[in-house]
Amino acid sequence: MSVLVVAEHLRGEVRDVTRELVTAGKELGPVTVAVIASDPESLVAGVDVEGVAEIVTVAAGAAEFESDTYRQALEALIAARTPKVVLIGFTVNAMGYAAAVAAKLGLGFASDVHGVTLEGETVVATRSFYGGKVHGEVEFPGAATVILALRPTTWPPAEGAGGASRSTFDLAPSPSRARHVEFVEPAASTDVDITQADLLFSVGRGIGDADALPELEALASRMGAVLSVSRPVVDAGWMPSSRQVGQSGKTVKPKVYLAFGISGAVQHLAGMKASGTIVAVNTDPEASIFGVAHYGAVADLFDVVEELEKLY
Amino acid sequence: MRTLVCIKQVKSLGDEVEFTADGTDVDPDYLDAALNEWDSYATEEAIRLREAGGGEVVVVTCGPQESEAALRRCLAMGADRAIRVEGVEGHDPIRVARALAEVVHDESPELVLCGVQSSDAVQAATGTALAELVGMPCVAVVAKLEVGSGPARVHRELEGGLVDLVDVDLPAVLTIQTGINEPRYANLRAIKQAEQVEIEVRQSSAEPASSRIRRMFTPPRGEGAEMLGSDPAEVARRIAEIVQERVA
Repeated sequence: MSVLVVAEHLRGEVRDVTRELVTAGKELGPVTVAVIASDPESLVAGVDVEGVAEIVTVAAGAAEFESDTYRQALEALIAARTPKVVLIGFTVNAMGYAAAVAAKLGLGFASDVHGVTLEGETVVATRSFYGGKVHGEVEFPGAATVILALRPTTWPPAEGAGGASRSTFDLAPSPSRARHVEFVEPAASTDVDITQADLLFSVGRGIGDADALPELEALASRMGAVLSVSRPVVDAGWMPSSRQVGQSGKTVKPKVYLAFGISGAVQHLAGMKASGTIVAVNTDPEASIFGVAHYGAVADLFDVVEELEKLY
Repeated sequence: MRTLVCIKQVKSLGDEVEFTADGTDVDPDYLDAALNEWDSYATEEAIRLREAGGGEVVVVTCGPQESEAALRRCLAMGADRAIRVEGVEGHDPIRVARALAEVVHDESPELVLCGVQSSDAVQAATGTALAELVGMPCVAVVAKLEVGSGPARVHRELEGGLVDLVDVDLPAVLTIQTGINEPRYANLRAIKQAEQVEIEVRQSSAEPASSRIRRMFTPPRGEGAEMLGSDPAEVARRIAEIVQERVA
């Protein structure tokens, strides 16, 4: 079963997810990694890891990601090579083109996939539904090629020396209709750096409204913790994005991570699951956060806060 | 400018689950319905564009009659018209995109907004597939949108909060990220008025789907978390202990 992995890169660096895709792909069959960039040669070393049989470079488009270039390149690669499985990361870039290719070519498609198995020649993908409370096995009847966008940080990144064979693939894409202009750095933290804290007191949607924050911040401070938050708290404008833990915020790894009123969206878990000890307090016993927590309590966060205030 | 907003009535699961007889989905009795969070931001963004520059906001969904509640929520926020497409249901985003493409062809909007993803299926795929099917460019995960004359300037929000500034030719499909604005609450009068609006119903038999769910199941528990009980005082005491032990 032939496997095509699309490398993801940003500002001249191959991103870790690419090597995770290689790990997932080599279980399925010989892996070809496609590197799409204006100057792909400079990125080849970053994907030449153990398990890669071939690296194909597509010198096309701009230095940075543009959806039209990737869409056309992947379409052409699939037409030319008919891989059985295409693996890409479930990343913001992939969200911009993978489903387009699947729709145009009538392929099988699933995203945020966290398990892939082969049953004979049949690909079965496992992904989550309903806030992670339910898993589903997805199959792709009749599809010659299946595109799977895999959840980042689920497979370990492939390492070691490669020695893959090399080829080039010619592509003359039509001009991009959505053009990269420049990158804008996220706002620097003006007060604290949550990635440096040993103890994070992290709160989410469960706090209800902004009025609760001063009390929580005061408690965190007495505990020697830094207050961090999940995305909904930032979306609501209650805290700056510099305090946000998760895929679109900061990746943290404190010694202890206290998650109060955080249900545990996949994007949040990606940013904190490597923490030393995770303690979750949530009213929903089925909340996904309990799946990664070392300790958990089904309780109202404010009841626990009130008790913590007596101790600190 | 006419903006078409594609929305979904999503389902959420409480702390109990039963599956349908064929095992391919959750029994609807165990699911609660709501307007997808990302789609409320997309609807708000479209309404703001109309308020600034005129035009029309049309909301569309694929779903059974009960999903009209989500459309009416958008009407109450200020959308002008609503369309419901019947006959294409289920979790396959590309099949839904095919049905939505028929509506886009007929409505010829200058801008199509979708939410980045739905909270119940999290495929982040419908808008992107739709763009391809109607021949429009796509930018996914848009956290800021500026529309003037010429291309739109959008902020594509990457991992870690890095922003990719992108110029996109219109018409285009953009998938909208939460936090781009503050969705308005509809007042009671608007909600009542929205109940009276006639929703256009169309039929679709768009095919093919890109996937089929073979079975759903509750995930294996793994080791899971060690539970600290539910007495708040005891929970607090244990947390203090853990903190003292592990944070030197």
